Amino acid sequence: MTLMSRVAPADQPLLKVERLTKRFGSRIGCADVSFDLYPGEVLGIVGESGSGKSTLLSCLAGHQRPDLGQIAYDGFDVLGMSETGRRRLSRTDWAYVHQNPRDGLRMGVSAGGNVGERLMAVGARHYGQIRARAVDWLGRVEIAADRIDDRPSAFSGGMQQRLQIARNLVTAPRLVYMDEPTGGLDVSVQARLLDLLRGLVRDLGLSVVIVTHDLAVVRLLAHRLMVMKSGRVVEQGLTDQVLDDPQHPYTQLLVSSVLQV
Amino acid sequence: MICIENLSKSFTLHNQGGAVIPVMARAALTVDPGECVGLTGQSGAGKSTLMRMVYGNYLVAGGRLVVGDTDVATAEPRQIIALRRHTLGYVSQFLRVVPRVPTLEVVAEPLLALGTPAAEARDRAAALLTRLNIPERLWSLSPTTFSGGEQQRVNIARGFAHAYPALLLDEPTASLDVSNRDVVLSLIQEAKARGAAILGIFHDEAARNQVCDRQVDVTGFTPRAAA
Amino acid sequence: MKAGSPALAAVDPVTQRDQRAPERLGPQPEQKDHRPQNHDGNGDDQQRCGDIVGRQGETPEWAGTMTDYNFAYLDEATKRMIRRAILKGMAVPGYQVPFASREMPMPYGWGTGGVQVTAACLVPEDRLKVIDQGADDTTNAVSIRRFFQRTAGVAVTEATTEATVIQTRHRIPETPLTEGQILVYQVPIPEPLRFLEPRETETRKMHELEEYGLMHVKLYEDIARHGRIATSYAYPVRVEGRYVMDPSPIPKFDNPKMSGNPAIQLFGAGREQRIYALPPWTDVVSLDFDDHPFETSKAPHDCDLCGARHSYLDEVITDDQGGRMFVCSDTDFCAGRRAQGKKGQLWAPEPEAAE
Repeated sequence: MTLMSRVAPADQPLLKVERLTKRFGSRIGCADVSFDLYPGEVLGIVGESGSGKSTLLSCLAGHQRPDLGQIAYDGFDVLGMSETGRRRLSRTDWAYVHQNPRDGLRMGVSAGGNVGERLMAVGARHYGQIRARAVDWLGRVEIAADRIDDRPSAFSGGMQQRLQIARNLVTAPRLVYMDEPTGGLDVSVQARLLDLLRGLVRDLGLSVVIVTHDLAVVRLLAHRLMVMKSGRVVEQGLTDQVLDDPQHPYTQLLVSSVLQV
Repeated sequence: MICIENLSKSFTLHNQGGAVIPVMARAALTVDPGECVGLTGQSGAGKSTLMRMVYGNYLVAGGRLVVGDTDVATAEPRQIIALRRHTLGYVSQFLRVVPRVPTLEVVAEPLLALGTPAAEARDRAAALLTRLNIPERLWSLSPTTFSGGEQQRVNIARGFAHAYPALLLDEPTASLDVSNRDVVLSLIQEAKARGAAILGIFHDEAARNQVCDRQVDVTGFTPRAAA
Repeated sequence: MKAGSPALAAVDPVTQRDQRAPERLGPQPEQKDHRPQNHDGNGDDQQRCGDIVGRQGETPEWAGTMTDYNFAYLDEATKRMIRRAILKGMAVPGYQVPFASREMPMPYGWGTGGVQVTAACLVPEDRLKVIDQGADDTTNAVSIRRFFQRTAGVAVTEATTEATVIQTRHRIPETPLTEGQILVYQVPIPEPLRFLEPRETETRKMHELEEYGLMHVKLYEDIARHGRIATSYAYPVRVEGRYVMDPSPIPKFDNPKMSGNPAIQLFGAGREQRIYALPPWTDVVSLDFDDHPFETSKAPHDCDLCGARHSYLDEVITDDQGGRMFVCSDTDFCAGRRAQGKKGQLWAPEPEAAE
């Protein structure tokens, strides 16, 4: 597989998913999910527990193998690729931000080492430059540079999550999968993280698939929204349109159930 | 610039017994570049609804709704996103922001989304905020703590940061005192002068008469009235 | 003993011994002795030990001393299996080949991997040297050497230049090796990534897909913490630009000797059941950063016995006041220099060796 060019034509979908289905025995994990994602777009996937959104995300990110359907990334058939190819993609072009930052970090390695790891994995061999990039990225996610040698276990939850984001984005991936990135964070910390993510999406032209149950997060972060129930997509469209003018009964129920502050 | 033909809209409330509420039928309207059209009608007649449909915030049930080259009624979401970024601006009645983001960043955001260099975007934002009488000491604070009038002015500043060819304004002068109202009206006049097509809702009759070239009563589009 | 009465419990509740009489278990089949038999013990060629045949097809003289073991202890099927693993390792330098490590007469952690590799490689004409941290005369070196004398009857030597097979624990001899020699390393943990990534499934994938970023993370952490790469032994290397390998706990001072070496280098890990190899003239590069290049290091002294300037030294505490001396770790190298008349600061005439 040749190296991907870094500039995708804006009229070609970066990610094309067709009829993705994953079953667990007779139960449906997710069924018949189709969508396109273009460069610079944020797609939110919302649903309650058991809606299939996490299953969908793990199938997209290559953590699980779907039973049916196609996934095309930048024109390449992801499911038909060798595992070598998929792993290489997840080191260079893709990123995955876990809900619990401990799942996405090496707790025994310093913050600088965490951020530098992806750089070293793609061949960076100059200590000074790696460290400088790590300092740069820690700054972008608003972690003080003097914490570069501390272990993540010494960080607060919000800092760990920001470190996870820095670690993932340092190699400029084009597609980021996020699983409830603000879940488990203090509300005050969430806001800063959301703004950080918006800025990064805009500045780096990232495409993001974000799974969450929090409608407020998607309204602020996502351009488009997919609502899932019982493994199926019941509605999709512009985020503000789906939230302000929901068509499907379940979506209407979901939107009207959100507690007002 | 904005061309609406035979537009209709109804809401289906599935969780209230499937009640169907038609709110608009056979709406037609055009706004040319450099023109400002005011929507009038009683509260609940559908002014905001029509505006939201133009923005793509509400789905269109039937008809054509063309802004520039894009038919919003049938466009793909990403086409509408592109439209909103480059062509169509919207100043709603309520300021909706990510919490804890400084005012200057809020206002600069439409320019940053277009790729404008950060310094230039912030300068333009600063100029607008100054014009709208938001003191500099507030620029680094989040607008969520501001008064209603201040929030409205931040909202307007954000809406005028980029020179949109088409602009939707929902009650831009509400909760503003006279001097700020005049600032807003002059912003609108400037936008008209550079060729923007503006669709606006103004409760303030004097303001409406001052800036609008035409006025359209949306009551004419309400289905019950038509029947 | 009479067969136990039905009233007796099968296991004595007090002593926990099985009280069932052996007869109760039925007659035992006759045990055939599968070990090679040499009944009159003097090498009579009617009773040949297993496969012990010399190069010329006749029974060699040492076969007479062998009564209990197959040549070099391991049975031929095991040797074949190990040789196959060695050949695979040679074909893919630095790649860890799994093998079925046998039970050996020394515990895990005492060199079973190295012993099995040596046993598979030995032929009767070999001359074996065994060193432990460079010394021929430590307990373990002596015991392994004796083991092979007993089970293979091979000649043994302390001179690096005379040996054909050298088994080593944690050092490479100072004397350069030549083509035709085999160096067998004892390896405790063959996986260089083990301490960073405990999952075997993951490390295998990393080797398969050449995902070695983590290795450099370790070195990065060293520099961040100590200002320089602090790893001083078992320093990871990259073989022929492909596999990252743990060279066993040799001091990093020895790393350069591995590259372009005319000898065959074999690595055996008995407990972890892996064999890997470096064929002659293999390119072996120690990992480093562009701005923190690899440096060998040793104590900045000369050998106090032979005056060697460039050999790896052991520090020996000589008295309770902290007095110390530095001596070549490679005993044969040091002895050789002293035999040539080279002297260090603390050299004293050697007593007459009783030979």
